[in-house]
Amino acid sequence: MSENSNDATQEIGLAAADARPLFQLSLMGKVGVGILGFWILVALVGPFLAPYDPADFVSDDSFGPMDATYWLGTDYIGRDILSRVLYGARLTMSLSFMATVLAFLVGIGFGFTAALAGPRTDMVISRIYDAFLSMPTIMLGLLVIAALGSSIPVLVITAGLIYSCGLYRIARALAVDIKVMDFVEAARARGERLPWIITREILPNAVVPLVSEFGLRLVFSILFISGLSFLGLGVQPPTADWGVMVRENLGGLVYGSSAAFVPAAAIASLTVGINLIVDDFSAQRGQEIAEEMI
Amino acid sequence: MWLVVLRRLGLGVITLWVVSVLVFVGTEILPGDVAEAILGQSATPEAVAAIRDQLHLDRPALVRYVGWLTNLLRGDLGMSLAANMEISEMISGRLKNTLVLAGLTAALAVPLALGMGLAAAMFPGGRVDRLVTVSTLFLLSVPEFFIAATLVLIFAVHLQWLPAITYSTEYESIGQMARSLALPILTLTTSVVAHMARMTRAAIINVMTSPYIEMAILKGVPRGRIVLRHALLNAIGPVVNVVALNLAYLVSGVVIVETVFAYPGLAKLMVDAVTRRDMPLVQACAMIFCSAYILFILVADVLAILANPRLRHPK
Repeated sequence: MSENSNDATQEIGLAAADARPLFQLSLMGKVGVGILGFWILVALVGPFLAPYDPADFVSDDSFGPMDATYWLGTDYIGRDILSRVLYGARLTMSLSFMATVLAFLVGIGFGFTAALAGPRTDMVISRIYDAFLSMPTIMLGLLVIAALGSSIPVLVITAGLIYSCGLYRIARALAVDIKVMDFVEAARARGERLPWIITREILPNAVVPLVSEFGLRLVFSILFISGLSFLGLGVQPPTADWGVMVRENLGGLVYGSSAAFVPAAAIASLTVGINLIVDDFSAQRGQEIAEEMI
Repeated sequence: MWLVVLRRLGLGVITLWVVSVLVFVGTEILPGDVAEAILGQSATPEAVAAIRDQLHLDRPALVRYVGWLTNLLRGDLGMSLAANMEISEMISGRLKNTLVLAGLTAALAVPLALGMGLAAAMFPGGRVDRLVTVSTLFLLSVPEFFIAATLVLIFAVHLQWLPAITYSTEYESIGQMARSLALPILTLTTSVVAHMARMTRAAIINVMTSPYIEMAILKGVPRGRIVLRHALLNAIGPVVNVVALNLAYLVSGVVIVETVFAYPGLAKLMVDAVTRRDMPLVQACAMIFCSAYILFILVADVLAILANPRLRHPK
């Protein structure tokens, strides 16, 4: 057991000083890794496995039942649900992944800059972020989409900017803590510039706390983007996207069709899987996941 | 102390003003001509001119903002573009429906969440705690429409106890009202309870780690008595704070839930307004939701100040 943990800690640099294993998955964490791994695999090879084209009207039945030909049934206009779920994985996951990466770049960039560039810059950036945080995220999303209309770039950029707010606060706090350390002072005394200090001195020491944030923001982005698609304001039909599929097939729910339930369950399993990993990670670092979940 | 509370209230008013700027600017950042964008393909020169006239687009943005804000403060929400009706007329009934939904949810969710949080905090790491933390982690990870779809399949389709969709809010009896509201309320409750129970648990466990509790444990006070008599009183502040914060979360919850159940509430009206790009209506709805949100957060902060003497003195 201890050999494995040594390998893991050495890669993360500073934390290697800690004698305890840095990160060990519990059973729930392993389940999470399994679920996430499954969906990543589906996103990569899903379209090759799909039995039908996601746009083809393969059956005359609307809301056809699950049977040997159509494993997960057919949707409201007779398209194969399994194929649409397999295709949809790629879009749903890549959009939220891009949004999260954007949130990270923007949030951490501004957070570190605010912490290092001096009090005036700090105040300006912080006040702007405070203003955005005073609105519920879904309201921000609805306003932007009311103004700009819905398109995939708008969706990704909106989600990315909204979730950069939380990252900004965390990154700024981390950088404020780290910047008073001796090695940063030394770098400043050497005459290093801000970009160097940020990327070479501060970032490596903030990596571990930021990892679980990435998972958390990814979950938020998935819920946000698929939520908007569900409202009809995100990805537009006929694209095979999980949120869109839930919306399209909602009417069948009353007749007991699982056409809306299957994509909803796909989203749910993905977000649960990621959060199981995040929860494991934060529990071992003594954090409470719910504090962040608003 | 009252000075601190007053300052917090002042901050709330400033926040509300900032949000009004954001809401106005947010709906003004349309690239190109607002009127043409609203009309889309049906933009005839006459229709564009009519909308420009109605929105006073010939005036500078600042003048329009000040006019909009003063009307808002006087309670005049303006005219809807799509429906050509007074917005206040369209909103009043919808707002009542949403308040009914949110109020009943709160009445159900708050005691449930407090009970769950308390039960979990009683023995951290114990069986009840694990059950509560795992189930709430699951519930707060999944989208609301997943919870809704699951509940509909169970209660409306398989058991056939409850109607799946709430078309109307004209109820003939209390029983009928309860039946048609049951699934929306249950869905909202489930998603709010998860947050609230976890945060309640965290707040109580936080108090449980303080030295005086350790003293009580060492003295041999029974566990239940420690939680109920020693910890809970000091945890009331943080817990009330948690409740108010989570009720703010209802604002996002209703948007999805009202759409799933076709519930004629304010959030459904707003989503439809966004689809039709009915800007005045979007602005009005956004202001109502954001005010409610700010109000809950404000209440949470003020209660925290009242409950914790350390927050009463400004630095």
